[in-house]
Amino acid sequence: MSMPDFQLLRPTTAADAVAMRAANAASRYIAGGTDLLPNIRRGLAEPGVVIDLGGIAELAHIESGGDALRIGAGTTLAAIAGDATIRARYTALAEAAEAVAGPTHRAAATLGGNLCLDTRCVYYNQSEFWRESNDYCMKLKGEGCRVAKKSKRCYAAFSGDVAPALIVLAAELEILGPKGSRRVAIADFYRDDGMAWLTLAPDELLVGVHVPLHEGWASAYEKVRVRGAIDFPLAGVAVALKRKGNAIEDLRIACTGVASRPLAVDGLAELKGKPLDAAALAVITGQTEIAAGAMRTTVVDMLYRRGVAPVLARRLTERLWNSAA
Amino acid sequence: MKRILGLWINGRWREEAVAENALLLDYLREGLGLTGTKQGCDGGECGACTVLVDNEPRLACSTLAHSLAGRRVETVEGLATEGNISPLQRAFHEKLGTQCGFCTPGMIMAAEGLLRKNPHPGRDEICGALAGNLCRCTGYVKIIESVEAAAGASA
Repeated sequence: MSMPDFQLLRPTTAADAVAMRAANAASRYIAGGTDLLPNIRRGLAEPGVVIDLGGIAELAHIESGGDALRIGAGTTLAAIAGDATIRARYTALAEAAEAVAGPTHRAAATLGGNLCLDTRCVYYNQSEFWRESNDYCMKLKGEGCRVAKKSKRCYAAFSGDVAPALIVLAAELEILGPKGSRRVAIADFYRDDGMAWLTLAPDELLVGVHVPLHEGWASAYEKVRVRGAIDFPLAGVAVALKRKGNAIEDLRIACTGVASRPLAVDGLAELKGKPLDAAALAVITGQTEIAAGAMRTTVVDMLYRRGVAPVLARRLTERLWNSAA
Repeated sequence: MKRILGLWINGRWREEAVAENALLLDYLREGLGLTGTKQGCDGGECGACTVLVDNEPRLACSTLAHSLAGRRVETVEGLATEGNISPLQRAFHEKLGTQCGFCTPGMIMAAEGLLRKNPHPGRDEICGALAGNLCRCTGYVKIIESVEAAAGASA
C-alpha cells in the first residue's frame, strides 16, 4: 500500500513539538518510525500531519550521575542496550531494550516510542484488505471485539518490552504539555484498554524517564516470541530482586504482552524476609498466573502465553537469587 | 506536498524536491532509480531494504526520506569503486553467499555496517548483526562464511 499524503513538521525543541501538536488535531508524533510507518502503510493510522521528533537534540541523552538515571525519550534502544552503566546497574532495562526487534530497528527505535507503542492484536495488525474482509473490529473502523465476541472493550495487547523493566525499577515518566511538565509513576501511564492504553493526553509529549538508583538490587528481563530475531513478545517478564543473606528483602515482577497494559504482579509482599524456597516459588508462579490473563490476540494459543509467563517469572527470580548468593 | 531535501547519496550531495511523505525506500528506488535496495516485507521484518545512514544500518522501508536531511546514505550501488566490486561483495560471490539474490543487498549493507565498526567480528557478532535479515535460500551458513571471508581478506 502506498503512503497516504501528510505534511511533515520537524521541530528542534520539545516545546515547539508540543505547540505543533496542539495546533494540529490530526497530527501524530514520529520518532524512530519503526512501528508507526508500517502502521501508516497498512492504513492503521492516517495522520494529516506528522511531527518528526528526530531533530530534537534535548530528547536524546543518558545522564547516569548521582542517585538517579535520566534517559531522554528520544534515546535509541541501541544506545540504552549498549550503555555500560545501565547494563551494570539497571540490567533489566538493558536486557529489555536489547530484546526489542532486530539490531537495525534498535538503531532507530526510541525509548519513548517503545513506551507508547500501539497495542497489538491478530485482528488489527493486518492489511486493509484482510481487515475489511473480516468486517474490521472496534479498534479501527468496525464494531465489537473479534477476540472476545461479547466484550464491550478492546483486548489488543500492549507489547512493548521496556515498560515492565521500568515498572520493576520504579521509574517515573516526565511528560510535557502546553501547561508545563508533570511526572507520573510508570504504572499510572497505562490503562487496561486496548483502544486507549495511555493516560497521556493528546496534547502531551513523553520527554524522559527517571529511574532511582537500585543499590543492592539485581534485575533481569526475558521474553518468549515466535521468531528469535525479530518479534513482539508472546509474554515478557521483568524481575527485580533484593536479596539479604538467605532472605528476600524485596521482590518486584512485571509482565508485558499479556494484557492491554504492562502490569506489576501483586501479592509478593508476603515473601519479604523469607528464603526463595519451593513455597516462595509457588507464590511467584501463582501470582504471575493471575496477572498474565492473556487473550487470543496472537496466532499462538493464549493458554501457552498464560502458562509461560509464570515460568519466566520463576526462572528469572531463581537466576537472580543464585547470582546474588 | 514536495519540499527541498538535501542529503548525501553514495558520496554525492543531492538537492531536490521530494514528497514529505516519501519513504527512503521509495525515494531511492523510484526517485533515484537505485533499485539495488529491495522492497521485501514492507514492514521492517525482513531487512531486504537495509542501507547505511552515517555508517549505521537502517531500514529504508521504515524511514522517512526527509528525516535524513544532511545525512550520508549509502546503498549497495555505492560499494563498487571504478567498476570493481568491494571485497565484501566479492566474498558473497565467491563463497556462494548469494542464491536468488533478493536478500543480498540488505545482507551486504548490514554486514558492511558491522565490518566498518568491527573489522574482525566473531561468528556470534556476525549472526547478531544479520539477525534482522531474512534469507529463504541459503540457510545462512554461506552468508556467514562470506562475511567471515571478507573480514579475513582485509586482515
